[in-house]
Amino acid sequence: MLHKPFAVAALLAASCGAQAASDADLAAIRSQIDEMKKSYEQRIAALEQKLAQAEAATGKQNAQATAPAAGAGGAVPSDNGPRSSLAASAAAFNPEVSLILQGQYAQMQNVPNRTITGFWPAGGHDHEGGKGISTRGFSLNHTELVFSGGIDPYWRGQAIFAVQDESVDVEEAWFQSLAIGEGIGLKGGRYRSGIGYLNEQHPHQWDFANAPLMYVAMFGQEASFREDGLQFKWLAPTPMFVEFGTEIGRGANFPGTDSNKNGTGAWAAYVHVGDDLGVSNSWRAGLSYLKTSSGDREAEFVDINGLQAQGLFNGNTSTWIADFVWKWAPDGNPKYQNFKFQSEYFVRKDQGSLTCTDENAIGNACATSVTSDYDTRQSGWYAQGVYQFTPNWRAGLRYDQLDSGRQNIGVNTVNLVVEDYTPKRATAMVDYSWSEFSRVRLQYAQDKAMAGMTDNQWIVQYIMSLGAHGAHKF
Amino acid sequence: MIRLMTMLLLVATCFPATAALQVFATVPEWAALAREIGGDKVNVFSVTTALQDPHRIEARPSLLAKARRAQLVVATGAELEVGWLPLVLRDSGNAEIQSGRPGYFEAARYVSMLDVPVVLDRTHGDVHAAGNPHIQLDPRNLFRIGEALAGRMGELDPPNAGAYQAGYKAFAEKWRLAIARWEKEAAPLRGVPVLVHHASFIYLSNWLGLKEIATLEPKPGIEPTSGHLTGLLARQQATPAKMVLRTAYQSDGPSLWIAGKAGIPAVMLPFTVGGTPEAGDLFGLFDDTVRRLMKGLN
Repeated sequence: MLHKPFAVAALLAASCGAQAASDADLAAIRSQIDEMKKSYEQRIAALEQKLAQAEAATGKQNAQATAPAAGAGGAVPSDNGPRSSLAASAAAFNPEVSLILQGQYAQMQNVPNRTITGFWPAGGHDHEGGKGISTRGFSLNHTELVFSGGIDPYWRGQAIFAVQDESVDVEEAWFQSLAIGEGIGLKGGRYRSGIGYLNEQHPHQWDFANAPLMYVAMFGQEASFREDGLQFKWLAPTPMFVEFGTEIGRGANFPGTDSNKNGTGAWAAYVHVGDDLGVSNSWRAGLSYLKTSSGDREAEFVDINGLQAQGLFNGNTSTWIADFVWKWAPDGNPKYQNFKFQSEYFVRKDQGSLTCTDENAIGNACATSVTSDYDTRQSGWYAQGVYQFTPNWRAGLRYDQLDSGRQNIGVNTVNLVVEDYTPKRATAMVDYSWSEFSRVRLQYAQDKAMAGMTDNQWIVQYIMSLGAHGAHKF
Repeated sequence: MIRLMTMLLLVATCFPATAALQVFATVPEWAALAREIGGDKVNVFSVTTALQDPHRIEARPSLLAKARRAQLVVATGAELEVGWLPLVLRDSGNAEIQSGRPGYFEAARYVSMLDVPVVLDRTHGDVHAAGNPHIQLDPRNLFRIGEALAGRMGELDPPNAGAYQAGYKAFAEKWRLAIARWEKEAAPLRGVPVLVHHASFIYLSNWLGLKEIATLEPKPGIEPTSGHLTGLLARQQATPAKMVLRTAYQSDGPSLWIAGKAGIPAVMLPFTVGGTPEAGDLFGLFDDTVRRLMKGLN
């Protein structure tokens, strides 16, 4: 109880030089007195509780009914209930903070501009100098800093910052409703869209060191569709889990492009259903739709003579995703053993126009730019299983396959090369967790995402989390 | 889409509201307590069983569906459910059961917590800032919790407030006699040194006077290691434990190993309602706990 002598001293000092006492001093004294009060109130409450318990234990009738604190506890919101935890200080109002440390050692072929053959190369976090998914050797992944907490009885907020060299990326920053009721949830700000299954998960929650090819093809290296916008969800009051969601937003990220305009650039809708099967099995399935629009979405192409050319897409993109997750744990206790199966499938259609240009004036086939139709229908899927066979060890397998599908580029067929390809990848991983907060992973993949190359990739990765104990979604 | 949702909303509102108070209990002991108090006035569901580690529950879709329709959430608090309950509450779209509302009840607020850590540091394992959350194993705690819970149920369902009070009184009466009986039966356990798998039994030990010498887990939430167990075995010479205790949901390997080496009984305790076939309700829970402990002693 160090603060008591300090408070008394402060009081004395204050009374000696009353005129000299500034507002700050007074505030300090007031807070000291408040703390003393709180501390005594707590001790009295604790003593009352002990007394009531002692009385109850010795069998005295009606003893607790007269204990003053008990009546109050039952009748009002729990904030006013008798508290036995640590002192509520200003520090308790601070948001929950956690920090994710993630890094890896990677061994793979040197491919400066890693793409997926037959698919429009999405920008994502495009780092110069071989950073991103083609980084070899030792490197840091995102270092994530998470803040979250209740704002008031009506709203809750969360922000996630991804810190990288010389930049801080606002991964997410949103508010969420707490008090609307009727199963309605409203979220606004920047968030990972609720489409699909993996889309909402951050890299530290992934079961493999990298994202499925399908997510990279759909949304770029970041492997998630992030939105600045508004999300509305409704959970049906049914015994089975049935959730509907819809989102509108800026749509600045791939497969859309940013545009400074009124209105919205993207919208999404999805439905999720799920339930338990007995005590050991549970599942969730979903169907999602995302519509984005692009203005001059740019990518590098190769012309018929093998020279570089640039393509600009203007039009709309529709993406459908079906997802399924099944989890098993003996008696529903995942601590010692559990199994998780997860699979997703997508179909994407681009519709609009493609303008072929020669930005660097190298004399390619599009020296005078040519605009054609652009109409594609592409698809892909992955399936993975992860088995935790002891409290510390897990092993998993994943298979990825995409289909470059229909790529109709109209009159530009005579200028540009479009490759038909079926990218594939098989991945195996094993990871060890010392506790819920630390994990190290070894992963091997045979990657045939680029035509004419089989890349054997080895990754050793660590994931550590400090601070507040986060809750993860199903 | 919007038309579909409006239709579903209409369908939903057409369902008659079920009369019974819908209680969502995070663990079986609070479900049992709510049943003792509420009788047929409540519809109680426990979302976990005694065979599940309460620290490691997943926010399953079915839990969201249950939380959506709950009128009262009865949780332990003290961060026991920190890994899943906050998420379930937030995503339930149910305003009534959010923390700070009458529909959210935390049992740990009504008891004196033991094992409140002085230092909050994860190098000490998965410690709970508010203290050890396994409060249900001191039956005396159920007076305070039960009374507060009966009050809360009455507040949410005023027409039945009287019934909840009467339900609590009847329970408390029986409970008092039962505690006296258990304390008499368990008197020989006072001062008996024991090993425990996890710090699950601190309230039980505090009540019955068991002396917990050590935990098989090197730190809370870290699985027993062979090195740590060997160390405990070595200490058995100087400070011998009489038995080694574990819950129904913990793996039996470590306690059987040390029991075999040290020649002491490994005792599995139900820990909560449903942990053993005999622990069918709160009375059965302590009947069986005391019985198993006494059997371990002899």
